[in-house]
Amino acid sequence: MSTEIIEAPLVSPRAGYLRRKRRERVVWWLTGLIMAMIAMLFLTPFLWMVSSSLKNNVDIFEIPLRWIPDPMVWSNYISVWFGERSMVRYFSNSTIVVIATIIGQLVVVTLAGYAFGQLKFKGQHVLFLAFLATSMVPGQLLLVPRFMFFRQIGLYDTLWALILPGLASVFSTFLLRQHFASAPRELGEAARIDGASEWRIFFHIYLPLARPMLAALAILIFDATWNDYESALIMITDESKFTIPLGLTRFMSEDGTVSLGPALAGSVSSLIPVLIVFLIFQRQFMHSMSRAGLR
Amino acid sequence: MTVTEAVTTQAGRASRSARLPTPRRKPRALVNGYRWWIPWLFLTPTIVAVAVFLIVPLFAGLFIAFTDWNVVSGIEGIRWVGAANFQELIGDPKFWSSLGRTLFYAGVGTPLTVAVGVALGIALNRPMPARGLLRAIFFLPSLVNTVAAGTVWLLLLHPTSGLVNDTLRAIGLSEPPKWFVSQEWALPAIVLMSVWIGAGYVAVLVIAALQDMPEELYEAATLDGAGALRKFTTVTLPGLVPMLTFLLITSFIGRSQSFGLIQFMTSGGPGESTTVLSYYMYEVGFHSYRFGYAAAIGVMSMLGVLVMSVALFRLQRGRGLYT
Repeated sequence: MSTEIIEAPLVSPRAGYLRRKRRERVVWWLTGLIMAMIAMLFLTPFLWMVSSSLKNNVDIFEIPLRWIPDPMVWSNYISVWFGERSMVRYFSNSTIVVIATIIGQLVVVTLAGYAFGQLKFKGQHVLFLAFLATSMVPGQLLLVPRFMFFRQIGLYDTLWALILPGLASVFSTFLLRQHFASAPRELGEAARIDGASEWRIFFHIYLPLARPMLAALAILIFDATWNDYESALIMITDESKFTIPLGLTRFMSEDGTVSLGPALAGSVSSLIPVLIVFLIFQRQFMHSMSRAGLR
Repeated sequence: MTVTEAVTTQAGRASRSARLPTPRRKPRALVNGYRWWIPWLFLTPTIVAVAVFLIVPLFAGLFIAFTDWNVVSGIEGIRWVGAANFQELIGDPKFWSSLGRTLFYAGVGTPLTVAVGVALGIALNRPMPARGLLRAIFFLPSLVNTVAAGTVWLLLLHPTSGLVNDTLRAIGLSEPPKWFVSQEWALPAIVLMSVWIGAGYVAVLVIAALQDMPEELYEAATLDGAGALRKFTTVTLPGLVPMLTFLLITSFIGRSQSFGLIQFMTSGGPGESTTVLSYYMYEVGFHSYRFGYAAAIGVMSMLGVLVMSVALFRLQRGRGLYT
């Protein structure tokens, strides 16, 4: 203690400040370096996937591994896109399911979120809690009954079987409820005095306020639906109705022989739309993801 | 309060005095300025969808679990068998072993993913060059679909010529694990893969939670002379607890329910080494078409999930900083 007090004036405050600043700078670079090394572990599978998708089958397992393919082979992509079993079909099926789910779910959950968040009715609280509780029902138990249900009503093996169960969403409804609950009530009350109909109040006053939220949700729905493998596995058997994840399995398991190049080219292709959306909307994406988890 | 409410209550009073024998309720119509059924109109699509795709299948599932039913016999062939399916389950060694594997896959995989994610999140919350890019890189794996991820990892973990084992041999490990070809390593390989998939997502949530944390708490801790480690254990960690509990529960449920990855990568093998409960149910239901038995497995799994969630909530109660 005492020595510090004596020595302190010897070092000029400016020098101390500079030294601290320099140390901060070193730590800054060092943290970045360490994290970059760990990030490489996470990134390697992607780099390997892209690199191998541009190789001949025999070169994929070449040792030592060549990160830049030589020769660079585009035939995998050509066969995947323009060959016998073109992925175009899977892409268009997935696109239909994704767009229908986004529009359908947003309509359904916006209406419910508005009722829960902005309107008032008897039993509102209890109903909302019950609704939240349904998210605890494990999806596994629902598989068999849903399968039978869609068979009975004749929608088994159609894209409807993938779209319809995605219409209601506890998660999306919850986020919108929070959003509408924080919107000022006075807007609606004023409009009611002016004689606006309930629909007009919802559609012209409150809905525009929710636009950023809806955009963020659309991105999340896109991601989840585009990547959904399990429902398609259960509901779809006809190859002409395959979505992308299901279509990708064709490359891996066709009569035991694995065509690695096309499988990887297909995988890379399946990522591109998600990556593009992610890169464009990164900020909203991360934001909505984190809101989602924190709820 | 508002003009409308004032008007309606006045109107209510007037009508009350007019109609005599003391009606105790206010007239229900227009209490909030709209008819009582307006909110229900907005709720109709959700109620219908939840009823058709959730409530009805839920009860149907509970019912099917007590029947003997296969796809060939159709709706007419359904036969009530009481608790026979559950009796069979109790004596089914494959049920118990797959339950054990689920506990490993979800019970080890989930905390591991969350732990890695928390470490990454805390690290990525510190200042560093290219932080946004690094965050994005860690997040990337959670954007990949099951089949694409499975394809890549099957090849990377190829026992003789995969990149992972090449690397392990290069650093001097002469007998690297045989991953998906060996019974001991197949499930751990899937667990590791699930860490790769999920950790970045957890990190994003952790970063968001850290940024929401009030700065004053850290200032107060500094004034009290707390060091970095102490600040972490007394401020950071308790602040994350509510979010982490929620995350642990939801991802535990998600993991114990999912079968896509295992179906695609190993089909439950080699042997039965990756047959977790959810995959076992898929196999019973959609390969053997024994719907009654599959539904019984589903019911057991739901009970397990319920017990687990309640236990975790109980554990967490009172530990969080601001719950």
